[in-house]
Amino acid sequence: MATVEEAGGGPGPGMLPPDAELAARLRGGDEAAFAALLDSWSRGMLRAARAYVASDEAAEDVVQETWLAIIRGIDRFEGRSSLRTWAYRILVNIAKTRGVKDSRTIAWSSLDPEDFGPTVDPGRFQGPGDPQPGHWRRFPMAWPSAETEVVSGEVRHIIEAALADLPHRQRVVITLRDIDGYSSGEVCSILEISAANQRVLLHRARAAVRGRLEEYYATSPGTEGGRR
Amino acid sequence: MNCDEFVELVTAYVDGTLDEATERRFTGHLAECDGCDRYLDQIRRTVHSLAALPSQSLPGQARDRLLAAFRDFRRP
Repeated sequence: MATVEEAGGGPGPGMLPPDAELAARLRGGDEAAFAALLDSWSRGMLRAARAYVASDEAAEDVVQETWLAIIRGIDRFEGRSSLRTWAYRILVNIAKTRGVKDSRTIAWSSLDPEDFGPTVDPGRFQGPGDPQPGHWRRFPMAWPSAETEVVSGEVRHIIEAALADLPHRQRVVITLRDIDGYSSGEVCSILEISAANQRVLLHRARAAVRGRLEEYYATSPGTEGGRR
Repeated sequence: MNCDEFVELVTAYVDGTLDEATERRFTGHLAECDGCDRYLDQIRRTVHSLAALPSQSLPGQARDRLLAAFRDFRRP
């Protein structure tokens, strides 16, 4: 379905055995299986938790608490969702509780004013009096070619800063979808939001991050700033 | 379709959730507008860059504690 997320390098199931086998091994006390899971999921979990709580330390606490809950609760995993979705639901619940303590409560049931309106500056498009209303005044400038560009430290820094500036819910959704590589169905199920709202939040977040990269490329040397 | 409508539909398009008529208008516009083709490509590049972000991992001590907790809890 979505080609983008398949191409993403997020920490997917990868080397891990299928859910049923994994769950059975955990129940049986297989420490190697637990260690593999711990190493494969903790990074994504830290990112997701960090979207809810105010510090890296708090995110680490949330992730540790989540793993303890998984250890104690694996007997109750029934396979109705994937093991990863089940684990992330536990994470989100713990993170929300912690987020409340940090007075960062997030309402998920409806969208906010910040979730509406154009994601690209309307000034970028021709107005009613122009020859082609609604079309680009000037095309977005070309970015340096993807083949030659490794995601540099500077670009990573720009993206991290853009993520930090996003409204909370947008940050949570783009973290789960684009960084952790979850499908939209999984994200809706983890966060208990509608597919439409999930898409609005993701779209706004992606547009905002793209905008920051555009600003960066427009001012960094070696790009063709403004070429049509 | 106009460019200002196109840019708001890229995520729905990439997720494959546009209705058939809108998808036809979307791809029709894509075929004839270099600016929007570039915009869509840049959104995809953005997503790839996000997927490539390095993540902080759990500190070694925390990892050791969790492994110990697993061992203790699961000991027959």
